[in-house]
Amino acid sequence: MSDYLEKLDHRTDAADPTYGDTEIQNYTINFGPQHPAAHGVLRLVMELEGEIVERCDPHVGLLHRGTEKLIEYKTYLQALPYFDRLDYCSPLGMEHSYVLAIEKLLNLEVPLRAQYLRVFFAELTRICNHMLNLGSHVMDVGAMTPNLWLFEIREDCLNFFERASGARMHSAYFRPGGVHQDVPLKLLTDIADWLDSRLPRLFEDAISLVADNRIFKQRNVDIAIVSKEDALKWGFSGPMLRGSGIAWDIRKAQPYDVYDRVDFDVPVGTQYDCYDRFMVRVEEVRQSARIMKQCLNDMPEGPIASFDRKVVPPKRGEMKRSMEALIHHFKLYTEGFHVPAGEVYVATESPKGEFGVYLVADGSNKPYRCKIRPTAFSHLQAMDFMMKGHMLADVTAVLGSMDIVFGECDR
Amino acid sequence: MGHSAPKIATIDGIVQEIEAILGSMLVETVDHVDELSFTVLRDALPQAMTALRDRAQYQQLMEIAGVDYPDRPERFEVAYHLLSVTRNHRIRVKVSTDEDLPVPTVTHIWPVAGWLEREVFDMYGVVFEGNTDLRRILTDYGFKGHPQRKDFPLTGYVELRYSEEDKRVVYEPVKLAQDFRSFDFMSPWEGAEYILPGDEKAPQAPGAPSPAAAPPPPPATPKGEPAAPTPKTTEKKADTGAGEAANKASQVKSADAPVKPAAATDEGKGAAKPEDKA
Repeated sequence: MSDYLEKLDHRTDAADPTYGDTEIQNYTINFGPQHPAAHGVLRLVMELEGEIVERCDPHVGLLHRGTEKLIEYKTYLQALPYFDRLDYCSPLGMEHSYVLAIEKLLNLEVPLRAQYLRVFFAELTRICNHMLNLGSHVMDVGAMTPNLWLFEIREDCLNFFERASGARMHSAYFRPGGVHQDVPLKLLTDIADWLDSRLPRLFEDAISLVADNRIFKQRNVDIAIVSKEDALKWGFSGPMLRGSGIAWDIRKAQPYDVYDRVDFDVPVGTQYDCYDRFMVRVEEVRQSARIMKQCLNDMPEGPIASFDRKVVPPKRGEMKRSMEALIHHFKLYTEGFHVPAGEVYVATESPKGEFGVYLVADGSNKPYRCKIRPTAFSHLQAMDFMMKGHMLADVTAVLGSMDIVFGECDR
Repeated sequence: MGHSAPKIATIDGIVQEIEAILGSMLVETVDHVDELSFTVLRDALPQAMTALRDRAQYQQLMEIAGVDYPDRPERFEVAYHLLSVTRNHRIRVKVSTDEDLPVPTVTHIWPVAGWLEREVFDMYGVVFEGNTDLRRILTDYGFKGHPQRKDFPLTGYVELRYSEEDKRVVYEPVKLAQDFRSFDFMSPWEGAEYILPGDEKAPQAPGAPSPAAAPPPPPATPKGEPAAPTPKTTEKKADTGAGEAANKASQVKSADAPVKPAAATDEGKGAAKPEDKA
């Protein structure tokens, strides 16, 4: 031992740069595809220098199901449930873009009550989505309790969806021309009670545990700062863009349905880091609750779907008496409706950002091409430049702040 | 009142402004349902995009979508969707190309184009010149073909399963337990592309355009589709509903003996015959 120490003593840094140490080389590791913090089936190939991420290459497509191809072989109505299965955390947000795209091509007017119902449930979807994202974000950086509390709220939301549409997750509730069914009054009063009592109590409790928490801040503040220019260049949208200080919200800028009749604020970030993106979402939940309350106040009575019988099927009771209604029902559920030729790009503010549908119609009963613009695709692409120079442990914080769901990213 | 889709601001004179910016690069302007599409020359795409970003304030590239029109000489159309967050406006810029002609990349203008171009390459096989990372993105490692092309069958060519013997996942050609069904809902009196049952016997009335003149089967599905060569109908006796082999068998039988009704047992046998050709 003594001669080994002596030998070490005589070595200098100049002669041997790895004095007292073994040489460390960059190494490449795989993150996922079965990592619990990967939010699905994400495979990240990362090149590490020690614990610093040098390069990050996300491999996506492990959940590719060919949705766009399948839609080309389905009628417009049959294609609708595929949208629930894209971003399965906010299904109604996806449906919203699709039905609006069809309505735009058909130039179909939607009754006011249906528009209010859509906005109402789209905002409930936003709350539901943010509960999952905020919860998993705090869990990814080490906190357990808030996630459990936030899942309580999510469970309530899913129960409300079930009462409105019959399905907890894949609602298929929005239809071209309106919504599928009217909601019972008791459901609306229950949601109103929930918005007044249970939601703020649970939500503010959970957020109070993390918003000023020292550990949570250490893990998120100043992590993955994205400047305004970068956010625009990388095609960011939604909370990611607002987290970078750009007050852009499609609900405000290009209002659809009744968003121009409700009042809400658009939160923006000031430091452009993961913590800002988290807090933008927190504030969005409060604003969503505000929009929902206004919807409950202003929602008129009336029809919940267009009376255009060439697009919207008649009521069941009507079918029993009217031959014409029976024919319409039969035609709509076999052949479906024809959409005039043309192309539209309709983007709505889904909970995760701009969710767009580029619909090319050729005048037949099936879409000629339905390109889906996922939010996660451009956000995940920016992973490489956002991660550069950060520690390995920050990967989960950055992923959490992006709010990625692979059903939508891979389609 | 009309539809309730996102209300995009209408800017007076925006068409003239963009046409002036694009100048000779512009091929065609389409203004349909309040959405502007500008088709530009393929080779001038980067200049056009730079001009639109710097002079017309379209800061964001939101989406690149490929569309396949197999009948056109340049079959693919690549549609770029631009958004201006300052002017609150969207436009679409399109170029057309085919399997071989490369489209210049726009990754140096918007880095987000990297993955979007990769996706169009993966799905359609459109090559983007200058994109340094043009790998497949959504399909499987080692996938062959471009699935969004209209001549790529919906069912694909290979399926995979876990093989207990090999202790690994193996790829095999697709075997369908039931014929791929594609229903044709065109009205027989308005442009259906098949002969109405019974019409094949009728002589062609001169001058009267009849559906009988239509060429035989090519259905809604495009060419090169092995799984569904004809729309599946059961309007004739020959359509047994049990696949092509069975159809042929029953057709031969009825041609041989048109007067004598085919015995039920014979037909049953024909239908139950395994399909070795399909």
